[in-house]
Amino acid sequence: MLTYIVRRLLIFVPVLLGITIINFIIVNMAPGNPVDMYIDPNMSPEIIEAKKEALGLNDPLIVQYVKWLGTLLTGDLGYSMSSYAPVAQLVGERIMPTVTLGLAALVLALLIAVPLGILSALKQNTKIDYFVTGLSFIGTSIPNFFLGLALIYIFAVNLGVLPTGGMQQLGGDGGMWDRVRHMILPAIVLATAIAGRKVRYVRASMLDVLKQDYLRTARSKGVHEFWVTNKHALRNALLPVITVVGLEIPILLGGAIITEQIFQWPGIGQLTLQSMMSRDYPTIMALNLIAAIAVLGANLLTDILYSAADPRIKVG
Amino acid sequence: MSTTKLPTLAQAGVPTLPEIENVQVEKRFRQVSRRFARNKMAVIGLFFCIALFAIGLFAPLLQPYPPDQVSGEFSAPPSAAHLLGTDQIGRDVLSRLISATQVSLLVGFATVAIYVAFGTLVGLLSAYYGGWIDTVFMRITDMFMAFPFMMVILVVVSVVGPSLFTIIAVLALFSWPSIARLVRGSVLSLKQADHVRAAVSLGLKTPRIIMQHIFPGALAPIIVNATFGVASAILTESGLSFLGMGVQPPTASWGNMLSEAQSISVLSDQPWLWLPAGLAILLTVLAINFVGDGLRDALDPKQ
Amino acid sequence: MIEFDSSVLERPQPETASTLLQLNGLKTHYPIRKGLLGRVRGHVKAVDGVSLDIREGETLGLVGESGCGKSTIGRTILRLEQSTGGQILYKGEDITRYSTPKMRPLRTEMQMIFQDPFSSLNPWMRVKDILKEPMLAHGKATASTADAEVDRLLDAVGIPRSYKDRYVHEFSGGQRQRIGIARALSLNPKFIVCDEPVSALDVSIQAQVLNLLKELQKELGLTYLFIAHGLGAVKYISTRIAVMYLGKVVEIGTKDEIFRNPKHPYTRILLNAYPVPNPHLRGREKIVVQGDVPSPANPPSGCRFHTRCPFAQELCRQEEPPLAADGTNGGHAAACHFTL
Repeated sequence: MLTYIVRRLLIFVPVLLGITIINFIIVNMAPGNPVDMYIDPNMSPEIIEAKKEALGLNDPLIVQYVKWLGTLLTGDLGYSMSSYAPVAQLVGERIMPTVTLGLAALVLALLIAVPLGILSALKQNTKIDYFVTGLSFIGTSIPNFFLGLALIYIFAVNLGVLPTGGMQQLGGDGGMWDRVRHMILPAIVLATAIAGRKVRYVRASMLDVLKQDYLRTARSKGVHEFWVTNKHALRNALLPVITVVGLEIPILLGGAIITEQIFQWPGIGQLTLQSMMSRDYPTIMALNLIAAIAVLGANLLTDILYSAADPRIKVG
Repeated sequence: MSTTKLPTLAQAGVPTLPEIENVQVEKRFRQVSRRFARNKMAVIGLFFCIALFAIGLFAPLLQPYPPDQVSGEFSAPPSAAHLLGTDQIGRDVLSRLISATQVSLLVGFATVAIYVAFGTLVGLLSAYYGGWIDTVFMRITDMFMAFPFMMVILVVVSVVGPSLFTIIAVLALFSWPSIARLVRGSVLSLKQADHVRAAVSLGLKTPRIIMQHIFPGALAPIIVNATFGVASAILTESGLSFLGMGVQPPTASWGNMLSEAQSISVLSDQPWLWLPAGLAILLTVLAINFVGDGLRDALDPKQ
Repeated sequence: MIEFDSSVLERPQPETASTLLQLNGLKTHYPIRKGLLGRVRGHVKAVDGVSLDIREGETLGLVGESGCGKSTIGRTILRLEQSTGGQILYKGEDITRYSTPKMRPLRTEMQMIFQDPFSSLNPWMRVKDILKEPMLAHGKATASTADAEVDRLLDAVGIPRSYKDRYVHEFSGGQRQRIGIARALSLNPKFIVCDEPVSALDVSIQAQVLNLLKELQKELGLTYLFIAHGLGAVKYISTRIAVMYLGKVVEIGTKDEIFRNPKHPYTRILLNAYPVPNPHLRGREKIVVQGDVPSPANPPSGCRFHTRCPFAQELCRQEEPPLAADGTNGGHAAACHFTL
């Protein structure tokens, strides 16, 4: 197992390097550059040129790439070109809100999906099953921005029970409850698609387990049906569900961009959009790289958990 | 030309089979469609998709007004003249909704056509040849898969500049790896099948072995994956357009129609500006997903 | 039950026939990769130094337990697996390292009949297309003559022509195996590897297919390498028999010699496992096999069979008994220090 992990980590190196190259190429395909964005028509060409030179924008691409990679290896993510703050600092400020929201959404998704999935499997081919399956389809099909707008319309505008956006009430510390209230709607939006997928996964996994022989044995021994479901089936059905939670990381990150935008949630997603609007290359590249590392790490973790949970699967 | 004399079996004492009448044999296609028809939601989804195609095809005839031109008052609520009202600059919402159908279908199908073709090719070659080709292809696949989908697409679109073409190209660029992996997996298992070994021992040429003996076995999962891919591409395009990084106004897209509803006043007072477009996306994606689900069950050889 | 044609037992062997295929110390090893860098940590020695000759017009039966490498030999000869050592000579020509294009013309001479009649036929093709495809690929027929050829092949294997538009999933196992045989015949080959062609079939069908193979051999002058895990079918169809154990040939000889006078303990055990209606063998003491088959990745030292052999001595543990040279030119030989 240890050699497997080390080997996977070694494979990361060329993959990550490739990612930085793709990343760099994409960003440098841009027709404009940040200086163009802030051009003052009165600025003389000499000053613009000097500014470009200072930012290293006149170097050949390969030099720019090596320079960027070099500073990256020292742990330096560079300076934001729009806010003139270190990228690491910008990301640091934004990362906790996104992580908090993401975790809340993940927990919420599982809280919805697990009971519904189990119910659906136990009542296979009944109206309840069809209803739950239908719900799960809607969950995966509804655009998150539409869901977000609809929730704001219902709960914030019409009922007025929840805030329309932000992380806490303006200007003040409204305490824990205030923060939770702000998190409810964005967390629901993020959780919906994940819950939709997980319901079907839990259902399939549960049906699989219910078919197993040892459960039939347990039943024939006269153990109460519910107890059978609880003790034996549940553990075996949920293990694979929990272990593949890591695969939702890219979806959470993608969902965060739109959700944070709708709910004015000051996280990584919003930072991504803002830096793209201002063509802030160092920030964009850093965010992309961090996200890629997160995805790779989550995949590895998933594989390890998966093989640890199921002794039949051997890695290596 | 072979001229060998072949024995007849009477000599060998081997009983021959009785001649058969030309009984109508159930074709695979018929079998699959019969199974598909059992799934009610899938059939409803299919009819919805067909209707959508018709709308897309005959959009110019169905639109009551030119979708990109002002044809009434600003933000007028639904009326007999404008069944779904008008938008903030007085364009007919229904006409824009119909026109946007074309955009969504185009993005969905063009994207999928491109990346399924490319991903299938990569997967086939990777699995059939194995060795260093496989290693290199799969590492590249890993790289593309490690990017968080939405994020990298936004970055590329923002860099290259949003347009219908860009969106299709970029969605395809970051969608092929999943198909490549899927195809590679099925080819690897099919490669071990005796009928493929037989094809090799019969001295057939490699392209023929791949296309005639391996590819058909990988087709069912490709079809299912492609169907879900259409839904997902439409969903992503609408998200990009919603963020202003997709289809650019004045061209109508369901996503950019919703984009204009981000202000609280529109949201609360003019639901006709955002509700129809949102529902259009939801129903379209839902219908395609139901079709995909039905196809998956119908094509499953285990059933 | 299979009806045995007793006349076969007495049929004289074609002693003068020339060698069609010769294996010289053939080895097919599969690497086992493990550890950090996927370094090769060992080999599964599926075929580990096999020398055989197959003469024109004969049927060489190749017998052994599953996993002994008998099917790998068949696949290696047809270059479906790459050998890792030794030589394959076809009509005296060394084809061991032939490239795919160079191998292609030879494909018309060497064919294979597979074990599993369900997985060996392409399920997405009609019977007629399965049969036409190889003929068209090798220019053995043209689009206009192919249909007639298909009819001819179907006649030969006893499938009515009216079935040719069907897909294979509509046929039974025995019928599919006949189609598989027709496909192998389509290129008009000289040599056919029959890889356990009847073991997946019902017993009643087995005899039909064996009879068919025999009849085709007689009419077309085919040479067979007939692979099987039991002696039943092999006894019925073979001229000579080779017995394999863990990647090696342990005994080879004519059918009568093997059945009447087995020299290797392992052959004896195989004969015991097979319910022989042969009175010559009935009086013999039964030898009971001990233990499991060792792993072909790590075969025992000395004689590979010593871990399970009831007669094993110290010598057997240390020194590997060679197969006497006359084993490769038609004689009867066993690789055992203490031949029975």
